[in-house]
Amino acid sequence: MKLQAGIIGLGKMGLSHAAIVSSHPSVEMVAVCDTSSIVLDAFKKFSKVNVYIDFIKMIDTEKLDFVVIATPTRFHYKMVRYALEKGIHSFCEKPFSLNISEGEDLVALANEKKLVNQVGYHNHFIGTFRELKRLLNANVLGDLVHFSGEAYGPVVTKEKGRTWRSDPEEGGGCLFDYASHVINLIQEIIGRPVKATGSQLKKIYSKDVEDAVYSILTLESGLSGVLSVNWSDETYRKMATSLTILGKKGKIICDATEIKIYLKEANPTEKLDKGWTIKYITDFAIPVNFYLRGEEYSAQIDKFVDCVIREKQTEINTFKQALNTDKVIELIILDSKK
Amino acid sequence: MMDKVLLGDNQFFAVNHMSDEKSREQAIRFKDDATIIRVLDQAREIGINTFMCTTHDRIANICDYLRANSEQYRDFKIFPCLPYAHKYANAVTELGIVGTIKQYVPGNIFTTFAKGGIAYLSKDFIKLMEIFIDAEMKMFKGINTPVIFIQNVLVDMILGLKMYDVFKEYDLYIRKKYNSEPGYITMNLPALLDSLNSLGIENPIICSSINKIGFRMSGGRDIYEKYLTEKTFRPIAMQVLAAGALRPKEAIEYLGKFPKIESVLFGASSKSHIQETKDLIEQYL
Repeated sequence: MKLQAGIIGLGKMGLSHAAIVSSHPSVEMVAVCDTSSIVLDAFKKFSKVNVYIDFIKMIDTEKLDFVVIATPTRFHYKMVRYALEKGIHSFCEKPFSLNISEGEDLVALANEKKLVNQVGYHNHFIGTFRELKRLLNANVLGDLVHFSGEAYGPVVTKEKGRTWRSDPEEGGGCLFDYASHVINLIQEIIGRPVKATGSQLKKIYSKDVEDAVYSILTLESGLSGVLSVNWSDETYRKMATSLTILGKKGKIICDATEIKIYLKEANPTEKLDKGWTIKYITDFAIPVNFYLRGEEYSAQIDKFVDCVIREKQTEINTFKQALNTDKVIELIILDSKK
Repeated sequence: MMDKVLLGDNQFFAVNHMSDEKSREQAIRFKDDATIIRVLDQAREIGINTFMCTTHDRIANICDYLRANSEQYRDFKIFPCLPYAHKYANAVTELGIVGTIKQYVPGNIFTTFAKGGIAYLSKDFIKLMEIFIDAEMKMFKGINTPVIFIQNVLVDMILGLKMYDVFKEYDLYIRKKYNSEPGYITMNLPALLDSLNSLGIENPIICSSINKIGFRMSGGRDIYEKYLTEKTFRPIAMQVLAAGALRPKEAIEYLGKFPKIESVLFGASSKSHIQETKDLIEQYL
């Protein structure tokens, strides 16, 4: 018997999840939900899934094992809460919540009900970032000195009218959208940020939300580093995310395509030479059965589905981890207002 | 019959699957259209007459040049790949689906569907698809485009959503309106071929990653090799160097194991590199 799945929210991410979920050999996507009639009409005309305008009706009518929620962040709370109450495993898009107490409520409910819960911080399913985490755990850099987490891309490159992306109440700015990915990477790969200083949320082309985020983050360990994110940088063809980590024994620069390691002395255990070693994604890509826009998107759904089948909690991208990222976002907002 | 060697356009538009840094170098190098035309001319000099490209805004400039010098480029062919996905992906995220339709086909929407506008269109997806194809194909007017591809993001989205009838309509329209052969780019070759066959589309042109290390070959190398050996279709190999992980000789030698492969798509920007790859393709394929 295949797992029955539903998708709520059919924007770019929701459609992409729908295609991936639908192609999973252990899953049958039975229903989709969105408020756009043009999208629902397309599903009615070309596919066999049931379509809904109201997520409550979808959850009440269908016998779902899991849902994927890919709506704007401000809707996450009521949708995730309803799904969890009905005993449905939930995969939610990032960022997780706009409000920490609501996020905490969802974490508690998911744990109480023992439901699989995962958030779409897909960079953790990119092989190079996994390799970076492994190398840091193996202590190849020795004591860490500094880090920088960066993301640049061409989302808002000219002044224009309002969209949901330009509403701060909906989590539409660069901080929630782009920077949350970088904060989450820093948090899960280097350490959890507990303090933000010198934070600046800069408007470039947008009227109401920030287009760039700059901040100095201090981690639990006391290590500090820089967050530098800008979604109005058209010198990038698409979003480019990277981490640079400096330690007493060397430095690592990592992005989605390559990992560059510089060591002051060779590390024979890791077979790393003195000086530069460059490794490519081709050595680390996670094999998938269906590919759309990057293996990480399929790999994260594969992981989630596997956990649902085995009734086992995931250790990657839990609600709790995503909530920790929301807390850092809040620290940055508060600091920027000082 | 397609040419054995197809020159791609990734190198001109800063697409590099291996390194963001290299992609930045490419953006700097190819900032002028003239630099792109120079590489096309060098490719023609060594006998490559097919350019497979996206509908990037800058390709429109290249097409203007080809038309202005039509005598010189008489034997030159373009295989367009629709659409240039990033353009629409950014628009959909920002403006939503209806907003994107408005942005990209403003004139057509109101002239073709004066009465119902978008409300009417939303009931006629096939017409909408045709309008988008025509809008994307406009830049190639007067240029020989014997094969017209849909890009992999769209192919794989339709495939994943199991909306197979869209392929059928695409296939019909490309043949009828453009008198060209429809082509499909995919990262999921076995699943795509199965779905096309289920619609009665036989012997389709499919461009997909084919390389010795199984990079971007969904489901793994074994099933790709099985399809390349046993099934009926017209394969074009792309990502043959696996984003640079393979040396050209071993990469192309591997393709030689599959006589069915009709063409190889590759991107290169120096004449010596283009010549080297072309020689290898002709030696092994």
